[in-house]
Amino acid sequence: MNKVIGCIDGTETSATVCEYAAWSAQRMGAPLEFLHVIDRHQEVAPVSDFSGNLKVGAQEELLQQLAELDAQRSKLAQEHGRILIDAARSRASELGVKAPEGRQRHGTLVETLGEMEEDTRLVVLGRRHVDPAAPDQPVQNHRLERVIRAIHKPILATAAHYKTPERFMIAFDGSPTGRKTVERVAASPLLVGLPVHVVTVGSGASADDALGWARTELEARGFDVTTATRDGDAERALGDYATEHAMDLVVIGAYGHSRIRHLMIGSTTTTLLRTLPVPVLVLR
Amino acid sequence: MFQTIRKDWFSNIRGDTLAGLVVALALIPEAIAFSIIAGVDPKVGLYASFSMAVVIAFTGGRPGMISAATGAMALLMVTLVKEHGLQYLLAATVLTGVLQIAAGMLRLDLLMRFVSRSVVTGFVNALAILIFMAQLPELTNVTWVVYAMTAGGLAIIYLLPMVTKSIPSPLVTIVVLTAIAMWLNLDVRTVGDMGELPDSLPMFLIPDIPLNFETLAIIFPYSLTLMVVGLLESLMTATIVDDLTDTNSDKRRECIGQGTANIATGFIGGMAGCAMIGQSVINIKSGGRGRLSCLLAGAFLLIMVVFLDEWVAQIPMAALVAVMIMVSIGTFDWSSIRKLREHPPSSSIVMIATVVVVVATHDLARGVLVGVLLSGIFFAHKVGRVLRVTSRTDDHGRVRHYQITGEVFFASAGTFMAGFDFKEVIERVRIDVSRAHFWDITAIDALDRAVIKFRREATEVEIIGLDEASRTLVDRFAIHDKPDAVERLMGGH
Repeated sequence: MNKVIGCIDGTETSATVCEYAAWSAQRMGAPLEFLHVIDRHQEVAPVSDFSGNLKVGAQEELLQQLAELDAQRSKLAQEHGRILIDAARSRASELGVKAPEGRQRHGTLVETLGEMEEDTRLVVLGRRHVDPAAPDQPVQNHRLERVIRAIHKPILATAAHYKTPERFMIAFDGSPTGRKTVERVAASPLLVGLPVHVVTVGSGASADDALGWARTELEARGFDVTTATRDGDAERALGDYATEHAMDLVVIGAYGHSRIRHLMIGSTTTTLLRTLPVPVLVLR
Repeated sequence: MFQTIRKDWFSNIRGDTLAGLVVALALIPEAIAFSIIAGVDPKVGLYASFSMAVVIAFTGGRPGMISAATGAMALLMVTLVKEHGLQYLLAATVLTGVLQIAAGMLRLDLLMRFVSRSVVTGFVNALAILIFMAQLPELTNVTWVVYAMTAGGLAIIYLLPMVTKSIPSPLVTIVVLTAIAMWLNLDVRTVGDMGELPDSLPMFLIPDIPLNFETLAIIFPYSLTLMVVGLLESLMTATIVDDLTDTNSDKRRECIGQGTANIATGFIGGMAGCAMIGQSVINIKSGGRGRLSCLLAGAFLLIMVVFLDEWVAQIPMAALVAVMIMVSIGTFDWSSIRKLREHPPSSSIVMIATVVVVVATHDLARGVLVGVLLSGIFFAHKVGRVLRVTSRTDDHGRVRHYQITGEVFFASAGTFMAGFDFKEVIERVRIDVSRAHFWDITAIDALDRAVIKFRREATEVEIIGLDEASRTLVDRFAIHDKPDAVERLMGGH
């Protein structure tokens, strides 16, 4: 079965992830699973003993010592994760999701999502963005970016607070990538029935053509479509538009044109992920 | 890919740097001691340790594992060095590397699964015994001063960690014993007496040998054994490090990496090396996990040796002997002695046979070969016992029904034949093999003989329930089902 995966890690974003994951699962009629990964960071040494000598049975003793340390850490992490998952599951049940499941895995988030990719329909992940009250505070989403680079399924990156999406916008550039994004939104049950704004940065005849195409495509599926063009710097213009028109969600495509671009996710995507105050649905 | 590089190299910088330093300090005495075992100047082992460690840091498949000049490899070179000299050793080192790369390409690392736990234990114990035995010449016909120094060195090595774990105790041993020897002007042998130490950075050089078939004939047998032992110890160590760190490694990459490192080592005047069990354990214990620790161990080693060569030359051999005794004690698997009684006798025999052959021949490859062969024979013997032939009579004593259960192959073909009663006068025999499997042509041959023997007594034979794989073997190799069965079995006369 294709599931919605809500990634819970115990930070302040987990509650929001739970709400958005429940909302997505209900919209798509898909089963919901909460995922908590225990990353023991095996690449970092937990002990260091510089005595540099080899006693009788040195190897077994070291193995035992390391295994015990790992077991202690895993046990704590496991209990912590179980509590988080149980909380998320009961919250999702309250919100009306049928039988939300939980899963705990060892490894990194990217690795685990990669292993689960076959069964995944949508990944819901926490995201941090610039707080309007403290705009100079640096914000980084390294883990989110790594997941977006590695996982080829739609990723819903949440905002700080939950608000049931009532209208959304598609950042559209008229490229084949952009067209594919529009087609996929049109075909998905996730956003069906919500008013949509298709926004292009940069005006001109070709932009108008592309917007016309997007309108036809979406209207054919029964969407209520508004189109708009903006000038100037793409990241800023899209962010301003989202705020002005009180958008609840922004869809962006992150397809790469070349292999390198494919690997790197564009700088526009990175900036939008950092600045937009609403959830971002990244389609690859 | 960038993720992997970052994880392998830069995720544990502090731990790797400190561990690299501890390992480098421990590598110096070992490299010198192994050079002496091989019969070459200490600088050959020191250059080898530098180049093995640095190259394997980039090319190896197991981050956190330390490779350098090793005792296992040094023991194999003794005759080559004695009879043909250093240049042939360098050429053999390069050839070893080439063979190891080929082995990696051919995925010979997969053969490691035939090396059982008992053989691995035997290998490790034999290695420890050989390292210990190699120290004995330094301890025979010497003054009491040497014994006192060695004992004092061992005391520091084992007792100092009870006071502090922040300085490597082997280093303290070396510093203290060297200081005492220099201060009291003791007349003991020092590293400087054993041959040349490095006084400059290593340089690229092509081994000075005639490039012809004769040379190849000389070095090839050595390179082949070096290749086998190098890969064996490296893959065993990789498994140990896998277990200690609870992570996986790329064994194929390790084989090719060892090859690359040996080629590089041969061209800068170093002797062949491989992964080191003891050093890798020290590295993990000191907090090393990434590739950085091995790289830094090599780099630190070279810097220390080149700039401190006058001091290194003053190290008394007794200090090295103490360190090497520690290495051999730490490498030996002491629990295996206790387990001799607990384990099945066949496992203990395999382990002991491996040790005995290695200690007798000084060749780890032969020991492993004997161990693997013995394990195979014991296994065949055990599986061969899983064969039952039972019988009952049907149809008022006119038909005998034989039920065969188990594995029929070369080791159980005798049991299979013995299960039939050919003297019985009976009309028909039914052999039910649905719960048996025929593995090889010995098994098929036994089946043929049984069928034909019955036929000669004018008994009709019917075989039922042959499984697919056995069926194929029977179709290809059996003769009882071919028209001229009896003649062919009798040799066609």
